[in-house]
Amino acid sequence: MSEIPLTHILFVSTALFFIGLYGLLSRRNLITMLMAIELILNSVNINFLAFNRYLHPDQLHGVFFSLFIITIAAAEAAVAIAVIINLYRTHQSIDVEDAGEMKF
Amino acid sequence: MYIAWIPLLPLAAFVLLGCWGKRLRPVTAGWIGILTALGSLLLAILATYHYGVIVGPQAGRFPELLLMKFAWLPFNSQLSIDMSILLDPASLMMILVVCFVSLMVQLFSLGYMRGEQRFSTYYAFLSLFTFSMLGLVLAGNLFEIYIFWELVGLSSYLLIGFYFTRPTAVAAAKKAFIVTRFADLGFLIGILILGLGAQTLDLHTLLERLSTPSVQAQHMNSTIFLGMSSLSWGLILVFVGGAGKSAMFPLHVWLPDAMEGPTPVSALIHAATMVVAGVYLVARLFPAFSYSGPTPLGLVRYVGAGSALLAAAIACTQTDIKRVLAYSTMSQIGFMMLALGSSGLGGAKELGYSASLFHLFTHAFFKSLLFLAAGIIIHQVHSNEMEAMGGLRKALPLTHICFLIGCLAIAGIPPFAGFFSKENILLAAFQADRGIYLAALFSSGLTSFYMFRLYFHIFWWKSQPAGLTSRPKAEWTMGLPLLVLASCSSIAGLVPFPRLVSADGYPVAEQPLGSFSVLPVLVSFVGLGIASFLYARETERPRKLGQQLGRFYRIINHKFYIDEIYLFVTRDVIVKGLAAPAAWVDRRIVDGFINGLARSTAWVSQRIRGLQSGRLQQYMMYFFAGLAVLAIVILYLWKP
Repeated sequence: MSEIPLTHILFVSTALFFIGLYGLLSRRNLITMLMAIELILNSVNINFLAFNRYLHPDQLHGVFFSLFIITIAAAEAAVAIAVIINLYRTHQSIDVEDAGEMKF
Repeated sequence: MYIAWIPLLPLAAFVLLGCWGKRLRPVTAGWIGILTALGSLLLAILATYHYGVIVGPQAGRFPELLLMKFAWLPFNSQLSIDMSILLDPASLMMILVVCFVSLMVQLFSLGYMRGEQRFSTYYAFLSLFTFSMLGLVLAGNLFEIYIFWELVGLSSYLLIGFYFTRPTAVAAAKKAFIVTRFADLGFLIGILILGLGAQTLDLHTLLERLSTPSVQAQHMNSTIFLGMSSLSWGLILVFVGGAGKSAMFPLHVWLPDAMEGPTPVSALIHAATMVVAGVYLVARLFPAFSYSGPTPLGLVRYVGAGSALLAAAIACTQTDIKRVLAYSTMSQIGFMMLALGSSGLGGAKELGYSASLFHLFTHAFFKSLLFLAAGIIIHQVHSNEMEAMGGLRKALPLTHICFLIGCLAIAGIPPFAGFFSKENILLAAFQADRGIYLAALFSSGLTSFYMFRLYFHIFWWKSQPAGLTSRPKAEWTMGLPLLVLASCSSIAGLVPFPRLVSADGYPVAEQPLGSFSVLPVLVSFVGLGIASFLYARETERPRKLGQQLGRFYRIINHKFYIDEIYLFVTRDVIVKGLAAPAAWVDRRIVDGFINGLARSTAWVSQRIRGLQSGRLQQYMMYFFAGLAVLAIVILYLWKP
């Protein structure tokens, strides 16, 4: 089978990135926003792996960085859940519109 | 040198009485003041002896001694303000006068101010004043004079406004301070001009440079501004300062109002010492005045003669005893100024200088005598007005004799002290300028007239004193100063003054007064006679005379409306015309601009506060939008 051109993969990751961004900006549920953030991180992952495979196939730098990103995404999700739980304790809601104190 | 203790003793009394005076019994406070004044007087006498006998005249003249010089404010190697003490016959004479009169006044005040609640404060202020005046007289640096000048002004303010619960006293104190401070502006500018021109503020060096054709004097004389050399300007401005302190026209308006203070204060400050500070200043700078050409001395002469005449005229119409004496002081200081203005430098021409200081010397005695006696009279009848007095010669015999001696002295009737000094002044004026001599002669006649008008109205006029029930208690603290001052007024004329005090230190030969003095003494007796005719017995003559003179009398009675003119200028012209618009600009335009800035900032901030809505996702959107813009700019548009 013929090679899939690099640009196709980049399109996919860009689309994923912007889908994630859209979800981040338009969802009201904090957990759902977290899922969108994961989507953004994964799109970046796809980017790294694609560049690794197509531009420097004899090296593994991209793979290693992807591993880092996966680990950090997990840790950061844990922290984010902790924050959401704390927020729930004070606001009795995980709606991002209810947590609007940082204003004028 | 122990000279420094002469002013420091009263300063110590001031500090002592100021800090702990409330805890002392009033008598103790009074005696602290009196003993320090006595100590200063004894030291002054010792210093005079030391200077006159032990140091003595050198090469025929009395030297100027500069003592205790130390650098007080060094600017750089060329310009430095040093403090020093200058001793010469004039300053020694002044410290003797100041210490003596201060002692007499403080002794008198023991009895006069009895029962006053702020007794120790009063003595503290008197000591402060004595310290300031002594410092002024002993100063060897022009700036040092200025420092003590301002201190004297402060002491005067405190003492005039002593009864600060009285609004008139407060207003008078403010008026005195403001008018003299206004004059001091001229004084300061004059000091700066002279100091810059002579490259020094040290009196000895400054006079050396500005009274001979030195480099500095040539430079100053060649710098012309508005038609007069800078030397003349500097001296005229310094004279303006002196004129304010000495109540010369047109800066005289504060002196009559200053009579709101206690009478012994008037005796000390406004008769004998502070008001002569201006005369002393001109005398100190006299070599420079004499070198600088006819203008500055001419100004001194005319201002002096004008003030003498003006004050004598006003004094003839005043009914408040202290105001008569105040205008009399202004008139006599006018005499001193005109004598200085008629003086030259060198030999017999210096008669004016010596005569002026001689008159200062004798005037201190008889004027303070008159004021203290007035104090006793006021105490007795409980009023300042001449209307309340009359026929007091049997009730107050000692005061009567002393007041009479004072009047005879001031009228220049031989052999009292005023005769000798006033004749010398008239002689100097005669030799310099006949017009000035005639003005001085006329003023002298008026002096005799108004003083004896006062005398006759108080002690004669009626046969029975009105409202006086019993003979007043006599106190030695009030009687003794009166007697001492009266005796001084009688014999002080015998001091061979011109031989001791003169402008360049060389004795001036005394000129025979014989035939010259016939006319002035005659004029004085005429004044006495007219006063006696009008006032010795209570008649309608004075009132009818006043009516006949009509408008002329009214103008003089209202002091030539000078106060009203000043009030008009300050209130209507300056306050309404200049100050109010300036305040409006400051409020509406300057502040308005700043307030407008603030208001517009607030308006803008109201409009953009929506940007911080607290909605998290809005923040995220701005963040990513900015990131996108940055990425596009950096990646595609930024060309290093």
